[in-house]
Amino acid sequence: MNPQEEKKDGVIAQKITRRALLGGAATAAVVIVQTASGKAVQAAIPEAKYLEDPTKRPGVPPGELGTRSSFEKPLKKISDTSSRTPLQDLYGIITPSDLHYERHHNGVPAIDPGTYELLIHGMVDKPMAFSLSDLKRFPSVSRICFLECSGNYRSQANGQIAPQEICGLTSQSEWIGVKLSTLFREVGVSPKATWFLAEGSDAAVMTRSVPVSKGWEDAVIAYAQNGEAIRPEQGYPARLFLPGWEGNASVKWLRRIELSDAPFMTREETSKYTEPVRDKYRQFSFVMDARSIITYPAYPAQVQKGWIEIRGIAWSGRGKVLQVEVSTDAGKTWQQAHLQPPILDKAHTYFRYLWEWKGEETEIMSRVTDETGYLQPTYRQLTEARGASGGYHFNPITAWWIGRDGKVLFRST
Amino acid sequence: MTNGFMLKLPKYLFFAALPAAVVCSGPLAGSKARQGVLSMPTHQDTLRYPRTFGLGRVVSQEEIRKLDIDVRPDGLGLPPGSGQAAEGKLLYARKCAVCHGEGGVGGPSGSLVTSTTATAPSPQRRTEKTIGTYWPYATTVFDYIRRAMPFNEPGSLSNQEVYQLTAYLLHANGVIGEQTVMDAESLPRVVMPARERFVSDDRQGGPEIK
Repeated sequence: MNPQEEKKDGVIAQKITRRALLGGAATAAVVIVQTASGKAVQAAIPEAKYLEDPTKRPGVPPGELGTRSSFEKPLKKISDTSSRTPLQDLYGIITPSDLHYERHHNGVPAIDPGTYELLIHGMVDKPMAFSLSDLKRFPSVSRICFLECSGNYRSQANGQIAPQEICGLTSQSEWIGVKLSTLFREVGVSPKATWFLAEGSDAAVMTRSVPVSKGWEDAVIAYAQNGEAIRPEQGYPARLFLPGWEGNASVKWLRRIELSDAPFMTREETSKYTEPVRDKYRQFSFVMDARSIITYPAYPAQVQKGWIEIRGIAWSGRGKVLQVEVSTDAGKTWQQAHLQPPILDKAHTYFRYLWEWKGEETEIMSRVTDETGYLQPTYRQLTEARGASGGYHFNPITAWWIGRDGKVLFRST
Repeated sequence: MTNGFMLKLPKYLFFAALPAAVVCSGPLAGSKARQGVLSMPTHQDTLRYPRTFGLGRVVSQEEIRKLDIDVRPDGLGLPPGSGQAAEGKLLYARKCAVCHGEGGVGGPSGSLVTSTTATAPSPQRRTEKTIGTYWPYATTVFDYIRRAMPFNEPGSLSNQEVYQLTAYLLHANGVIGEQTVMDAESLPRVVMPARERFVSDDRQGGPEIK
């Protein structure tokens, strides 16, 4: 920048010089580079770019693949066996595909789509194999649905836990594929078949038994997600997708379906994805019960006095969200939240509630009612109903404590 | 799709027959189209589906055998072979103990064998789900080892070795005797201690919390 340019700015230049203004912005960019992002940002957009007035120099030309702003760094949180969607960083109902949660049982396999085949056999007229291009030539179906792991509740006694860690094993996509019923017709499923085995071609050769009725009803063999081919982490080149049901049953990297007249009692549906209820272990708990969580404000956010738009997501594996209520007084009173259309079947639904926070210490929380009349329970109600704490299919109301200083911490209910 | 299938699902027959006149008005309403409609057994949006799309290929039993590795609780799918605990013990020490602990107790991937350390109530850790306390079917042990273990070399064990390991783990959990031979006949007959504790989900939606 030269002095002549500064003069052009006239009045503004006298009070806040462009140099000062840009200097401030540049400082901000440098701070972000140093604290949050590191080399990736430096490589993507040179620091000097932020020193310039973007209206005075041509920008970056069109690219072959879009990028996120280097100021935005949403990341999945990784554990040994899964990685979690950063719910607190997202807006609306669609999870960007690269932020969809991951849970697999022996890594992500590399599968050549050219040699991929889905075998359907067992109690059928004609055992058949379908290539990926076969699957894509059948009439297709698309629906926007959540996918949630049944082991999706974490807590933290000191309250320092974000929505991502509490229940980040839920994500939502548009899933595109062929209805399983279409393939069932093609192979001629026997009327005596009551279950089918779904088997993946990962290193766990993952298997689950699924009632045939779900196959006729709404199961999908999905090969696309959010406008593109399914990502390897989500089952490339094709996966089973069971709307509203626990994620583990939607077997990824699907290689085989076997029709049968009994469940196979695989390890996943016996000694793994089952939960204690009193003195029993409950199995085949396929449907995900209704749940909601406030994703803003939530730890680690800090809020200021004034108007706050409380935001979050609600969903049910049994149908549509009927209503979401929000409490700003630790559950003493409840108000209707606004549901943002579209309100879809078995899908994350966005809700918001406008609240004026006057600086007092309080707790905020949300609870959903689904179209079957199920009201999301508190943690205590759940543990009392099951005589057990934790385990799979735990969907309690989640509260956020807000301190006078605006700090937000998780609270169990 | 067989006719028998349609007859046993009158709901689908209803869908197939009733809307035919509505959907297939005009030039499509000829007897040919109607005949096609009547052969459609599933939902309304499949009414115009042909009997077959002619996609995919019929596979031989030989091809199926290569992939069909699952085992059901009634023993369907169990291969030839047999094994005893003593043989499995040696194999376990070589291939499994590094993850599941010596004798099936402890180890970074969790205990497989019931013991006081694995099942004692502790505020620090959950009660471990061992084969003795949390596996309702013995056939699942065989099926799971064969398809998924050892973790770093899945699918590398022979059927004989899987029978041996299964026998060892069942014996170590006190479920079968040391000399008991595990094979396609005996394995489905093993009654697991946890069998009676498993119940099917009966949640139906609605206001009830369960």
